[in-house]
Amino acid sequence: MGASKVIHALYTDDDVLMSAVKTVKAEKHHIEEIYTPFPVHGLDKAMGLAPTRIAIAAFMYGCVGLTVAILMMNFIMIEDWPQNIGGKPSFSYIENMPAFVPIMFELTVFFAAHLMVITFYLRSRMWPFKNAENPDPRTTDDHFLMEIPVHDNEKKLKTLLTKTGAVEVHVVEKEAH
Amino acid sequence: MYTFSNRLKITSLVLIIVGAIGWISSYNSSHHLTLDDVKVLLAEEDAHHGVAEVHDDGEAHAAMIHAASENDHHHEEAHHDDEHAEHVLHQMHNRPYAALYVAAFFFMMISLGVLAFYGIQYAAQAGWSPVLFRVMEAITYYLLPGAIIVLGIGLWAGDHLFIWMDPEVVAHDELIQGKSGWLNKTWFAIRGLIFIAGWSLYRYFSRKFSLAQDQADVNDNRNFKKNFRISAAFLVFYIYTESMMSWDWIMSVDPHWFSTLFGWYVFASMFVSGITVIALITIYLKSKGLMEFVNDSHLHDLAKFMFAISVFWTYLWFSQFMLIWYANIPEEVTYFITRIEDYKLPFFGMLILNFIFPFLVLMNSDYKRVPWFIVMAGIVILFGHYIDVFNMIMPATVGDRWFIGVPEISAVLLFLGLFLGTVFHALSKAPLLPKGNPFIKESEQFHY
Repeated sequence: MGASKVIHALYTDDDVLMSAVKTVKAEKHHIEEIYTPFPVHGLDKAMGLAPTRIAIAAFMYGCVGLTVAILMMNFIMIEDWPQNIGGKPSFSYIENMPAFVPIMFELTVFFAAHLMVITFYLRSRMWPFKNAENPDPRTTDDHFLMEIPVHDNEKKLKTLLTKTGAVEVHVVEKEAH
Repeated sequence: MYTFSNRLKITSLVLIIVGAIGWISSYNSSHHLTLDDVKVLLAEEDAHHGVAEVHDDGEAHAAMIHAASENDHHHEEAHHDDEHAEHVLHQMHNRPYAALYVAAFFFMMISLGVLAFYGIQYAAQAGWSPVLFRVMEAITYYLLPGAIIVLGIGLWAGDHLFIWMDPEVVAHDELIQGKSGWLNKTWFAIRGLIFIAGWSLYRYFSRKFSLAQDQADVNDNRNFKKNFRISAAFLVFYIYTESMMSWDWIMSVDPHWFSTLFGWYVFASMFVSGITVIALITIYLKSKGLMEFVNDSHLHDLAKFMFAISVFWTYLWFSQFMLIWYANIPEEVTYFITRIEDYKLPFFGMLILNFIFPFLVLMNSDYKRVPWFIVMAGIVILFGHYIDVFNMIMPATVGDRWFIGVPEISAVLLFLGLFLGTVFHALSKAPLLPKGNPFIKESEQFHY
């Protein structure tokens, strides 16, 4: 992959950005990426992104956590070193189960939450020592940036984007990553 | 505007009549039971046991030990049998009262839960929910009659439900004597009336301001502000009185037992039942084309609440159970021993109905927008919370003589008819869209 030309349009308001996205999509242009300082509600739907599958992953991670908790406590508390705690039956997992429920719950949540975050980072191609893809540092402050690939329609795109309320529109050569 | 259709009127009337006939007949048949009938019944049950013992070594062994110890107290045996038969007779007499009380309480608590939900919407100035306000107001219309009925049944049944109302029992029970400053019939009635008066006053004024807001000028939000203020005050009143109500009307059927989070536990139950009924009635009206302004996102939010409060209920159920199970203090743990020994199916079955089923069915985000999914989960949740109330009242009143039979089902039909009649009557009183609410536009456009 070589260098490609993209157009960057900057906005200062999320409502303006939302209506701009709708206009651009209506004109059948492909939006490569949008950088925002905070999550904008409904932006994914307006951009036409496929719905996230993180919920399915989270459910599976939760099941893994639950299994780990059960196996772990069965080994620690029942098989390896049964202990008499409060006179509770210590040689049967099922009879001691109420005492294990908090841990089963905690590990389910722990696995689901941590693995979900890790999955999200990897899926967003953010791993340690990676250079930021962010094209303009102002998008971490108060600006919104829409990136659209250019295919010989630079002029048309520029007028369209200016009309939608962009405060800055410029074309840049983008290095493939 | 909704008109109360004749078909629904007739349905609720039929439910009331069928329920009343069924309940009265079971009341009469249990009322005519005598000590001799019970003795015959017990002898029959014993005979059954005898046959079983031959096939079961473990039980036969236990029976031998039992027999050996009985020999030591042979002279007491006859007296003991009489006492046992009388005890069983009492339990069988109690059953129609308890069945009526459980059903009455269940429908009252739906109304009370909705009232709390409604108050929270106003106090939080929620923007998503005003399109549902008229449904909530209609459901809370049942609160006043429903709560008076519950209190009335409680006082009329007296020691059939609350053994501390029997002076004979109190005279021989030091623990109840110690609590008699709180647990006495007069104070019980006065407290009940204070609770009902407070809830009903809030309900009356809130509805009045809500309707007045519809007629007011576009920029005149005075009625909404008044509603905001009284809702905040009501929520404070509610959380105290709801807790005390649950001690009085439920926990005191086991006057020796107490649990500090019982009020919260009952609250979770009424909250989730109430929200479920809001969702069911909204879906019904939407299917009739009367609430087009309710969209998928509103249903999604209601289903999220059903899901979340089901988990919250389980959390409280388990918190109460685990601490008592772990500490194993006799006067506390007896509550769960009775339930696990005599009520195994309803006690653990309700965990499936109230937790596992709604948890798995309503977990997926897309399913929360599918009306028939919400209806299916909702019916299971309502049934599960009926069983929850059943498990709270029955062990203390009928012991192991429980069954979901004619008195229980008739009582549910009776109050279901009363509930539907009252709620749909109230729905027909005002337009279904509270058009004057300052958040109505936001609510109509609500999307997620």
